[in-house]
Amino acid sequence: MSEKKKITVSIMDGPFESARTVTAMRLIDIAATRGYDITVFAYEGAVSLAFAKQTAHANAVHGRDAGEEDHPLPREWIAALMQTATQNGGSIDWINCGLCVDERGMSESIPGPRRGSPADLWKAAEASDGTLIIGTR
Amino acid sequence: MAKRVLQIIDAPYRCTVEEQDDPAIWITHAMRGAGGEFGVLLRGSAVNYAVKGQDASGLSFGGRKQTQPMNPEHELARLMEKDVPVYVVQEDVEERGLSAGELLPGVRSINRTGVAKLFGEFDAVWHW
Repeated sequence: MSEKKKITVSIMDGPFESARTVTAMRLIDIAATRGYDITVFAYEGAVSLAFAKQTAHANAVHGRDAGEEDHPLPREWIAALMQTATQNGGSIDWINCGLCVDERGMSESIPGPRRGSPADLWKAAEASDGTLIIGTR
Repeated sequence: MAKRVLQIIDAPYRCTVEEQDDPAIWITHAMRGAGGEFGVLLRGSAVNYAVKGQDASGLSFGGRKQTQPMNPEHELARLMEKDVPVYVVQEDVEERGLSAGELLPGVRSINRTGVAKLFGEFDAVWHW
């Protein structure tokens, strides 16, 4: 029986701007479903992914009110992913780069993610079976 | 088990005005301080980070002057002082009209055909 997998993913892009964010979420979702222990290091603009004040809105172009639009919010994805990991016997340690948070005034995170530093990324990478860096382009 | 990681940078000057550094170089410094072992490979336009004598000073928006502009030459030199080797892809240097004499002392040039071999010298490759 194989040992439980540990992976680390570092994301750098902010929400609502890049397909890389969705790709990262897809990969994290697969790992969470498999019960992996996952560390996510949100670097630079990615600290905004867990911002608690993200708000869904209506979309007049689509002709939908806010309820009909059901706007997906990254903070909700993160909460859902953390729940999925727990339900499958794994975990997600979501670390927001503290200095990046301060630069952007993004200190209001949803419950779950924590503040950390590049040293946490290094420690997680050392302890992981694999590390994926998803940088900004 | 300690891992050696090769940091590849090929998207330079991306947010260097606001950050006053390159985030991939910065985080390499920070993780080196945490005990990590790294090399840095500059490829594509990022080879320009290794050019001597860059001066990004003088930026001012309205009355707000930038007083601590990015200095990639200094940051790469500091990395090498910390035993982090810095590599450039020779063909990328030449394609940009640069010569070896314009590069920071200590930077190691490798050919494109040598990149795969360089990967083999590290436990992991992180592409920023």
